[in-house]
Amino acid sequence: MTGKELKIEAKAENLQTVLSFIEQVLDAVSCPPRAQMQITVAAEEVFVNIASYAYAPETGTATVRLELSGEPQTVTVTFIDTGIPFDPLKKADPDVTLPAEERGIGGLGIFMTKKLMDDVRYEYRDGKNVLTLKKNLQV
Amino acid sequence: MLTINKTETDSELTVTLAGRLDTTTAPELEKELKTSLDGVTALTIDMTELEYISSAGLRVLLSAQKVMNKQGEMKVTHVGETIMEIFEVTGFSDILTIV
Repeated sequence: MTGKELKIEAKAENLQTVLSFIEQVLDAVSCPPRAQMQITVAAEEVFVNIASYAYAPETGTATVRLELSGEPQTVTVTFIDTGIPFDPLKKADPDVTLPAEERGIGGLGIFMTKKLMDDVRYEYRDGKNVLTLKKNLQV
Repeated sequence: MLTINKTETDSELTVTLAGRLDTTTAPELEKELKTSLDGVTALTIDMTELEYISSAGLRVLLSAQKVMNKQGEMKVTHVGETIMEIFEVTGFSDILTIV
């Protein structure tokens, strides 16, 4: 298993740094573009959530850990923050069958994360929110 | 990074997007559309060179669709496979007119 870690201030301005970090690691292992975009989208949704809510109105650190393992290869992205305990997976899924006029704007990000990843888990451990995303890179 | 190009003829507006429509860039498109949709009855969003879309981008498309439902029609063209998959997962493939 190989892994890389980034510790960064959880604020929206740092989103590009987080996404570049993830893309660089995935580029290096020749991740298929489709999976790469899905992992990046999921990571964006999670990081933006942490930046918006975890420490509000203060700010704090987010740790992003990327691991590659197994055959076929699996990418695991773990987000850790020490902010307010919050399980994003408890949020009710939006009704994606509603017409435009009845659609709200909430809940879509975490819903996409769940749909695009093969596994998403939340744990509150030692005062930390730990959200783990897994994606299999089978062709 | 997102590049927005606009072509307008009478009441028809085509917006061509290239790059990434994400949390950072979606406000640029939102602002651009807010000031461009007056009197437009046919809006086309061309995604030929759009590589990436997140929920922030979907929100802007949703609000554009709501505006256009009141004053005309909106089409989304040249949607790539990975972006199409995002539209399908989120039900946006039913909300948007994708041609």
